Amino acid sequence: MSAPVLAVADLGVRFAMPDGPVEAVRGLSYEIGPGETLGIVGESGSGKSQSVLALLGLLADNGSVTGSARFDGREILGLPERELNRIRGKRIAMIFQDPMTSLNPYLRIGQQMCRVLQHHQGLDHRSAWQRCAQLLDAVHIAEARSRLDMYPHELSGGMRQRVMIASALLCRPVLLIADEPTTALDVTVQAQILRLMRELRAEFSTSIILITHDLAVVAGNCDRVLVMQAGRAVESGTTDAVFYATRHEYTKALLAAVPRLDQVPPSATRKAPADENFLLAVDDLKVYFEVAGDGLLAAPRTLRAVDGISLRLGAGETLGIVGESGCGKSTLARGILRLVAVTGGRVLLLGSDLGAMDKAALRGMRRNMQLIFQDPLASLNPRMTVHDIVTEPLETFHPEYSRAERTRRAKEILVRVGLDPLLLNRYPHEFSGGQCQRIGIARALILEPRLIICDEPVSALDVTIQARIIELLRTLQAENHIALLFIAHDLAVVRQISQRILVMYLGRVVEIADRDALFDCPRHPYTRALIDAVPVPDPRTERARTAVLLEGDLPSPLDLPTGCGFRTRCPHAVERCAAEVPELQRFGATLVACHRAGEI
Amino acid sequence: MTAVTAPRAVTGHSLWQDAWLVLRRNRAAMASLYLLLTTSVLVLFAPYLSPYGFDFTDWDHVSIPPSWQTAHIFGTDGLGRDLFVRTLYGGRISLLVGIVATSVSLLIGVSYGAIAGYVGGRVDQVMMRIVDILYALPFMFLVILLMVFFGRNILLIFVAIGAINWLDMARIVRGQTLSLKNREFVEAARAGGVSSSRIIRRHIVPNLLGVVVVYVTLMIPQVILVESFLSFLGLGVQEPMTSWGALVNDGAAEMENAPWMLVFPALFLTVTLFCFNFLGDGLRDALDPRDRSAP
Repeated sequence: MSAPVLAVADLGVRFAMPDGPVEAVRGLSYEIGPGETLGIVGESGSGKSQSVLALLGLLADNGSVTGSARFDGREILGLPERELNRIRGKRIAMIFQDPMTSLNPYLRIGQQMCRVLQHHQGLDHRSAWQRCAQLLDAVHIAEARSRLDMYPHELSGGMRQRVMIASALLCRPVLLIADEPTTALDVTVQAQILRLMRELRAEFSTSIILITHDLAVVAGNCDRVLVMQAGRAVESGTTDAVFYATRHEYTKALLAAVPRLDQVPPSATRKAPADENFLLAVDDLKVYFEVAGDGLLAAPRTLRAVDGISLRLGAGETLGIVGESGCGKSTLARGILRLVAVTGGRVLLLGSDLGAMDKAALRGMRRNMQLIFQDPLASLNPRMTVHDIVTEPLETFHPEYSRAERTRRAKEILVRVGLDPLLLNRYPHEFSGGQCQRIGIARALILEPRLIICDEPVSALDVTIQARIIELLRTLQAENHIALLFIAHDLAVVRQISQRILVMYLGRVVEIADRDALFDCPRHPYTRALIDAVPVPDPRTERARTAVLLEGDLPSPLDLPTGCGFRTRCPHAVERCAAEVPELQRFGATLVACHRAGEI
Repeated sequence: MTAVTAPRAVTGHSLWQDAWLVLRRNRAAMASLYLLLTTSVLVLFAPYLSPYGFDFTDWDHVSIPPSWQTAHIFGTDGLGRDLFVRTLYGGRISLLVGIVATSVSLLIGVSYGAIAGYVGGRVDQVMMRIVDILYALPFMFLVILLMVFFGRNILLIFVAIGAINWLDMARIVRGQTLSLKNREFVEAARAGGVSSSRIIRRHIVPNLLGVVVVYVTLMIPQVILVESFLSFLGLGVQEPMTSWGALVNDGAAEMENAPWMLVFPALFLTVTLFCFNFLGDGLRDALDPRDRSAP
């Protein structure tokens, strides 16, 4: 290996906290050569982000750093701010997780990008502008020149991340640090961004440090991998060595916890119940929102968040709902539960029409249907104790219970979701994300509902905790014969828990199928694209990947394409797709909304 | 970095307790808190230590500077009334106006704002337009109107100030409620079949209180100032009863002959206002979750 671009030795990061110092990073050493990609993997709180922020002198005020980091043979730790500024942005560039917060909302894209060039390279405005347009081209942004005049909020999430990458590459940095660059993005967009980074590395021969919690992202994109746990490197080596000859227990546990699309999950699919008495029947559900039009007198426009969805769910069954963000998954859940006003359609739960009920009857019905949320901490009232949170449904539906009785039940339910009942008097902020989600599950479960809708229940959690929460949901479902509507954007997670899966696109169903049928033989081109976009934690599979990626972003639901909503991104679109809205057609047990489902 | 929970502690500590810990480290706020408590105790009990009543005229000692021998430790005013006792009595009125008027506006404002914000839609529109209309009433006009109809009465001052101040509170609370009502825990409560009134009481209002408490500590000095202003204009409390504002007014007139008449009430007034403002600042820091080292 030629001289390393960056050599970090015995790096330590420590934060002075009111309760004493916290060591976020301890004894971290690694090297990265020219054109190499290093993946740093770890769960939240493992110190992976702090270890690189420390290199750039970007630690919070109470942080201090020890050890050494030589960039191009020069020590960069403890450099004065002025010297660092000459390196930051010019020779080492960084991309952050959330592209919205790292772009200045008040500046046009072009202004922000040009500023970097003018500052570091002293280019005049015109040539800087030209170079920015070139780079936007390089990151595959269509109509690059006109985009330079836009503000960040006018771009989609994927587009913003491309802009971030383009700005990072402006000065042709030697080293690019990407901190969870795709975590906030959908799988299809994630696949685009990762491919882009691979291309750019080849083109600009930049070294890359890719920080992520997702082993699957690492597998296809990194030459070497460093696994961090609690501030220490527990394993490092070439990607193949880490994946195929894993030495450390923690890495093994991480690998085992990742749900994988390329392996069939162990439990067999339970057949959908044959009887016609469905627990939940949704017919042609529509949820539209009125959005103010442009200008003072413009007519309000209609946003079709959910546009005619029908589904059936039997007792004890699990139906997975997948789709990109913004496709109406969460609105569907809230529409079914009548938490948002429904525009049309019918929801039958246990044979009774929720739409026809008055307020009191609907409230009574709520004991049969519960909701589990995406953000575990936000779904718990910060001013209430766990006891009050968990027993609140009891107070509503069983006012006859004494306080002692409620407490007894709360303790029981906490044990069942795997929490210590001694923690009853604590407040939500004293728990970790996984524990908060367990509290949320306990609250949903305490009334013994027949239906639980899970809205992305694990997407905010680390993989190892994800696996445990899913296991818990499965056990509880089997014990209590609860029907689950499991909403997620992660196909691998949905596959683990669902018997049938519904794929949504722009508020409509594009495919409903039995789990295995959906994965073995996806009929809709969108389903296929979704499955293809999911990275697999296996370096060989990833390198051999030839899948065609979906281009572009989700169209705005305010401005739906005519005919089939997917046609703007569909590789198989023909004229008919623009003219007619495809109806759901039956292929065996599968329902597909595509004109060409039979041919392709 | 991660949330660490001590394994065996049975009781948790709430956000209020956390805030208290942060506040306790803020020296200025704590000093202000103790000063305010001392002032309150003083105005409540100290007048009984003096041999003079607040309206007693000591003809032998008219307009004398502070002296220990006569037990007029702050001196007397032009009518021979003991300034120490009068300052403390004035403090009673000023603090009472501050606290009562603020409580009134707190009660009306919080419930009005929370209901408007939570129910939303047309109800919210109507309720907030009413607030806008009341805002448009000139405050002085309202006070003078009340005086004309009901005569001068300290109660009227409470009513007038409370009637204006709750508008601010309602607006602030409504804004907070709007952002709170879309939070997931409120949605969770709705999904759990909890009734609207209970959601407002248990989920919305407790989470508003942080902001409200801060606003209250800033509102009390504002109310005290308004009362002083009214008294200064002669619309406030009626002689021989007094308030800090009225005393400062009297003192200002005699500034050149008897500076003590201005100095002592003004000192009490400004120190109290300072304390409330410092305490409000401290509370804002303590209760603002963004300030806490979160991750």
